[in-house]
Amino acid sequence: MSSLCFYFQVHQPFRLKTKYTFFEIGKNHFYEDESLNRDICNKVSKNCYIPATRLMLDLVEKFKGKFKVSFSISGTALEQFQQFNPEVIELFKNLHKTGCVEFFAETYYHSLAFLYSIEEFRQQVEKHRRAIKELFGGEPVTFRNTELVYSNAIAMEAKNMGFKNILAEGVDKIPGRLSFAAPLGGGGLPDADADGGLGGNPAAGHAFPFGLYYPRGVPEMNLLLRNYRLSDDIAFRFSEKSWKEYPLTAAKYVKRLSGTNSWNKISGESAHKASGYASLSDAALPSAGRTMDKAADKTNSRRIINLFMDYETLGEHHSAQTGIFDFFENLISTIINKTDIEFVMPKEVSQKGLNKTAEKIDVPDIISWADEERDLSAWQGNSMQKSALNMIYKLEENIKKLGNEEITHLWRKLQTSDHFYYMSTKRFQDGAVHRYFNYFPTPYDAYIIYCNVVNDLYETVKKRV
Amino acid sequence: MKVLMLGWELPPFISGGLGTACKGIADGLIKNYIDLIFVIPTGRGGDSVLDSSVKVICADKYIPAQNYLRDFNKKYKQDEENQIVGDFSPYYTSRKNLPSNKAEEAIAEKISLQEEHSILNFAGNYGRNLFLEVMKYAYIGRALGEEESFDIIHAHDWMTFPAGIAAKEASGKPLVVHVHSTEYDRSCLHQNNTIIDIEKKGFDAADKIIAVSFYTKNMIAEKYEVNPDKIEVVHNAVDKNTQFLRYQIRKGFEEKIVLFLGRITEQKGPGYFLDAAVKVLNKMSNVRFVMSGSGDMFPQIVSKMAEYDIADKFHFTGFLNGDMVETIFAMSDLYIMPSVSEPFGISPFEALLYDIPVVISKQSGASEILEHAPKVNFSDTDELAAIIIKMLEDKELRDTVVRQCKEDMQNISWANSSARIKKIYNQLAGK
Repeated sequence: MSSLCFYFQVHQPFRLKTKYTFFEIGKNHFYEDESLNRDICNKVSKNCYIPATRLMLDLVEKFKGKFKVSFSISGTALEQFQQFNPEVIELFKNLHKTGCVEFFAETYYHSLAFLYSIEEFRQQVEKHRRAIKELFGGEPVTFRNTELVYSNAIAMEAKNMGFKNILAEGVDKIPGRLSFAAPLGGGGLPDADADGGLGGNPAAGHAFPFGLYYPRGVPEMNLLLRNYRLSDDIAFRFSEKSWKEYPLTAAKYVKRLSGTNSWNKISGESAHKASGYASLSDAALPSAGRTMDKAADKTNSRRIINLFMDYETLGEHHSAQTGIFDFFENLISTIINKTDIEFVMPKEVSQKGLNKTAEKIDVPDIISWADEERDLSAWQGNSMQKSALNMIYKLEENIKKLGNEEITHLWRKLQTSDHFYYMSTKRFQDGAVHRYFNYFPTPYDAYIIYCNVVNDLYETVKKRV
Repeated sequence: MKVLMLGWELPPFISGGLGTACKGIADGLIKNYIDLIFVIPTGRGGDSVLDSSVKVICADKYIPAQNYLRDFNKKYKQDEENQIVGDFSPYYTSRKNLPSNKAEEAIAEKISLQEEHSILNFAGNYGRNLFLEVMKYAYIGRALGEEESFDIIHAHDWMTFPAGIAAKEASGKPLVVHVHSTEYDRSCLHQNNTIIDIEKKGFDAADKIIAVSFYTKNMIAEKYEVNPDKIEVVHNAVDKNTQFLRYQIRKGFEEKIVLFLGRITEQKGPGYFLDAAVKVLNKMSNVRFVMSGSGDMFPQIVSKMAEYDIADKFHFTGFLNGDMVETIFAMSDLYIMPSVSEPFGISPFEALLYDIPVVISKQSGASEILEHAPKVNFSDTDELAAIIIKMLEDKELRDTVVRQCKEDMQNISWANSSARIKKIYNQLAGK
């Protein structure tokens, strides 16, 4: 029996006025483009949050508890729902009442605070945990850091804060470590094709990660790794007409998810590769393939597939006209009616005993789910981003000395990772994704406007401290 | 005395200092009783701001006699086939205040529909079709040379030189070419040889060359191997009647402001301004640096500023329109012009009208007039930083520089400049 964990990220930043010029510094303390934020929140609520959450409610009801789903909703998104679209909150509350949903904790401000200030990080996670508890009841036990920014140290910190589970990207390569998808010596399988997805190389393409893991040094914690190939088949490629697998149907997708013979064998082999990652000597053996069957048996008992993606995948990134909602509904019913795959929420993995066969994963350096690099380059890749991050975190000491709730909130909203994402100058494929999310004409504009805003905050703080 | 004046910019259709200077010159000439026919590429920017006695001809509206049209169409087809696509980095940058490419095309299309009888659709700025437009403008020059009557031809900068030469060939009248900048000023590193050729042909065909400074005169004589006796220097001026009050604009912060205002291109030396800022900020904190303008070096300068990590003290305003230019001047305490090569440089004079002291590069025409302004070699950022600190710390020094520079400015006026130009006309016409 395999398990499937669906988690959706819900996030909206407080976007800044694109016309906040140098001349506003010290004079105008209203930074946010409220009408833009309202328009976007309304649009995405109409396209996604409302219809998708209604669909989730229908599915939970229809399958009487067999369908389960998880969410992480950033604090900045929650605030905008409360302000502009309270209906969205009500729908999530209704969903919570069914017991088939788990809400995670994250940094309230969807920030990169962990990288700059542990104290600030803890305060933001606490604030989010409280907000979720107050809105939905129940204490979150699963932590996901902004953009799946993850390392051993972050896992340790999450454990210290009382979390039981944590999420990370199922990267091919962990910095400084052997690749998950390293070809076996003499093995017949071609290398994994990072963007091939279903149409690429099904063999190595989606086999890893397949189990439950635990972070090095934190054995009591469950680590769920995102299967990016299968996740991105839906999140990125679903409506891409040039994709070999277009149009993606539920039947086609389920075939990949569920246990065909080839899949078992492949997963067995990949399992071996993955364990090769954990113990280098095995992976180097030319005869690795011979132990395949055994590995497959072992794997099957604790297989868990993690599909993590933006909630906006449903109806916003792929509009309703693409058939994404029908696909999702068909997918859920096919899985429940035609396979032995079981839906799980991260909070259930321990009680279901999935952690008994968990393997250790060592991530000494930071990884994330962003861009091809799966690192921090989407937010820290150029000098503008570094300068902007330095500027905002340099304020911490004085902001905390001041202790003014309103100013602290303003400062924290400026920590939202999106502000730095807009300043990215990456080209090529990721650049297109960056541009899709960017409301500034260029990264340079994003940086300059951000600096103007932060300079105003400097003045405010300077006058008060 | 009647002059056929060939311009490329004229307010409100303007993207740099050229248009402003041409207007000053034209106004001054009118006051000196010179009759003008002023030709510009397009009237799209709006109605002419010149005195109503001036006959303004917009090239894109001009309909030459049938035989020209036939001749033109034949030649134009050839040229279009051999079209050279230009890459004019120093000018690209000033395009922010002009319609964007798509809008431009749409407008051009609209014009061609409305005015099918016209032979030209000028964008009239410095876009990719600049060479073709310069050639088209030359046909108009030739046609006007035959159809209009005048005594002198006066062409401003290389874009109008082929038209000037054509008009001279058609009319036999003397040609004056007026140099507001050369290719060596605009492109410090990579000059465009086609432009240099056009400039050289203009200099050779001209009966007299007017340079806006001795700096430019030397440049023309040396780089283009032109006999210095052929070159007259007539300084530009500023409209001193526009005396701005530094009315109290409330700043949102207390630091003094050091201002750079101009195109963010190699020629204007923005990188030296930034480097000097870093050196100043290492020694004093009660100061902010502001860079106003746009240009092809903008991304590079922004990234470098970020690398220096001085975003709390160094700011960009982007391109500023008239009102905002006034505001930033009124807010500023010190103006820096670190140009690598500046034939004249009107901006320090503007700054002085707001009583802002200036520091200018030695490589400028302005330095010939502003004797009392502190001057630096553009690349000497240690020296520049030291002067900035000295000026910011010493109010008396700032006041003195302003007072003395304003006295220096008394030596220049458009009336004087025009009187000198009139003299040149008279000499040529009397030949």
